[in-house]
Amino acid sequence: MRISGTFLLVACLALAAHAGAIKPGPNAQEEIQEALITAKPGATINLGEGTFDLKMGLSLDIDRVKLRGKGPDKTILSFKNQNAGSEGLIVTGSGVVLENFAVEDSKGDAIKTKGCKGITFRSVRAEWTGGPKETNGSYGFYPVESENVLIEKCVAIGASDAGIYVGQSKNIVVRQSRAEYNVAGIEIENCHGADVYECVATKNTGGILVFDMPDLPVQGGRDVRVFNNQVVDNDTQNFAPKGNIVATVPTGTGIMIMANNNVEVFENTLSGNQTTNCLIVSYLASGKEIKDPNYDPYPEGIYIHSNKFGSGGNDPQGDLGGALSELIGKPVPDIVWDGVIDTKKMAGGELPKDLRIYIDGNQDADFINFDLMNALSDPSKAKISRDIAAHAGELPRLKPIKLARR
Amino acid sequence: MRFVKYVALATTACATIVLLGQVHAAKKGDASAVNVRLSGSAPKSLSEYRFFVGNLADLKPNEGVVPYDLNTPLFSDYATKYRHVWMPKGTSAAYHGEDAFDFPVGATLIKTFSFLHDLRDPAKGQRIIETRLLIRKKKRWDALVYLWNDEQTEATLKVAGTTKDVTWIDRNGAERSSNYIVPNVNQCKGCHVVDKKIVPIGPKARNLNRNYDYADGGANQLDHWTQAGYLTGAPSPNAAPKLAVWNDSSSGTVDDRARAWLEINCAHCHNPRGPANTSGLDLRFSQRDPVKWGVMKVPVAAGRGSGGRSYDIVPGKPDESILTYRLESTEPGIMMPELPRRLVDEDSLPLIKEWIASMHDVK
Repeated sequence: MRISGTFLLVACLALAAHAGAIKPGPNAQEEIQEALITAKPGATINLGEGTFDLKMGLSLDIDRVKLRGKGPDKTILSFKNQNAGSEGLIVTGSGVVLENFAVEDSKGDAIKTKGCKGITFRSVRAEWTGGPKETNGSYGFYPVESENVLIEKCVAIGASDAGIYVGQSKNIVVRQSRAEYNVAGIEIENCHGADVYECVATKNTGGILVFDMPDLPVQGGRDVRVFNNQVVDNDTQNFAPKGNIVATVPTGTGIMIMANNNVEVFENTLSGNQTTNCLIVSYLASGKEIKDPNYDPYPEGIYIHSNKFGSGGNDPQGDLGGALSELIGKPVPDIVWDGVIDTKKMAGGELPKDLRIYIDGNQDADFINFDLMNALSDPSKAKISRDIAAHAGELPRLKPIKLARR
Repeated sequence: MRFVKYVALATTACATIVLLGQVHAAKKGDASAVNVRLSGSAPKSLSEYRFFVGNLADLKPNEGVVPYDLNTPLFSDYATKYRHVWMPKGTSAAYHGEDAFDFPVGATLIKTFSFLHDLRDPAKGQRIIETRLLIRKKKRWDALVYLWNDEQTEATLKVAGTTKDVTWIDRNGAERSSNYIVPNVNQCKGCHVVDKKIVPIGPKARNLNRNYDYADGGANQLDHWTQAGYLTGAPSPNAAPKLAVWNDSSSGTVDDRARAWLEINCAHCHNPRGPANTSGLDLRFSQRDPVKWGVMKVPVAAGRGSGGRSYDIVPGKPDESILTYRLESTEPGIMMPELPRRLVDEDSLPLIKEWIASMHDVK
């Protein structure tokens, strides 16, 4: 018997028409997971309204699938009773779009996406509903080793590491999103090319972090623009488990740059961050040993301009905050630099221009270089400088990120 | 009604395609030979493959189905595992010294998971839970899971995974139980992926290089595979790499055995091309840089998995090392490996602790 293609197509359409939104219920775990496994590339999987009580992490490995709920407050994937799996949802397919749902109370990360060529998070909420706790999962949004990453109109609350964390990825846009009550609000780590803009980072331990770390497959974090964000009132006591790098972030840090190169921070509002509004440090400030010979621990080519600074630095916290207030008193200035430079790169007694730190045209900003290297050996020998004019000047503007269309 | 008709038609079409894709090497119409299909939808029942003859639960290999064992296996909540390999007649795997062998199209790895009623006495019987297949297709490996019925007469295809409550008596005579996880296809990939492609983990030269008591006598598995026509290019077992048996102190030093255990239980993810490469932790036996396998290495995205400890391995201090913290945990988000275990491997943990305790500080 010969079956015509048209006939099969009709059959498929009939099946598709019957496949409505998956509804909450006792079989939802298997229904969602089966849909995520059997989906054809490009398919849309709809999730209905309500709270899905899920006991195991979900996973998606098909390209270009859209997983779509009815809204970040209407379709809730709750992992409160999760007993297996390291994250709420892991995506390894490329070109996947996640939108209009929430992931709550996952035992590990809320949503991890790994090795994706193209991943979009739109209007998704990741939250630990019990408020900031050390036992909360690490990351809300966790794209790693991915490219063309878009996170927009998302909300992250309560992550014990970073609410929105993009790691070891390239070509990234994080915009119009909100991060609160996380240890790190938004963190860009070991990435090449990121724009973070029109976001609100508030009530975190640290608002927006741009880091580069050793011993990783992707290093040399660079080319990151942080602009037009509200980074205000980050004052939640650091609740990260010790051992994690963010556990070293002083409570009340606005924007923090560690060891990254070519970072442009502009037109942000920074205010009410009690340790300091803007912290620029080398990896040496973490106090951790460096064993990786290929790692460059120095922040270079940093350009902080046209930002608006409000209050801040009134109640410096953590090891660094404590040391700072002992060294320089209170309040701690808006922009703090550890003053550590790579002397091997010096020519004629100074760093080449493109490796320096420039601070220019910021409204109401004050500054300090606390000379970490000398302060470590003998605080009385630290050559502390408040001379912001020494950093006047500009660097070439970084190019906007263009996401590849799929 | 129309809907039902379309489904029936589509099924008929699929069946037609499937028949064209059969690769069993026996003469056409042979209803006793192993039957592995290379295209079409997967068979719904394990028995359709005819890997076993007689009573299915006896797992008596059909012609061409060869049992094998590994020097050091993955811990799966004290499950007992039965491993078999089958290849189409006239085909063989190509030997590889480091990676899994290069298997021919159609080759199938058959792994059956069972719980002995009493670990002290296998004669008291067992309950088979699942049989996992890895089938070498033209362009990829397919991972399939067949879930056994309670009557132990058949196993059926399970795509979305499930859990099963299991009980047994452990080696000390204590009653134990677990909510055993039967993985879904994506969870299979969670471990079986290199560069985003599914690959076998176990059948590597160093892990197969050991004796097996075949029905017709004992022999080294590499030799036996070669003689059976299933392997080409293998050196003599003496010249091939050999992994220590983690719980046999005559097979290697503490370092050899601990590294062997870590390779098998962790390195399928923790290698430079595996799912956990972003951690920077490489637990392959072949890794020679101590920082890469965790010594004084800071965690990257461990989160609460760090347990408040600062380094993966602190030489001489197992109880200050993140590695042991995660092996000792049964909490999702902390425990390692993430899958398939629910329980702590109490037998291997002392070995890992002894290994870390024996390390001297590295400068």
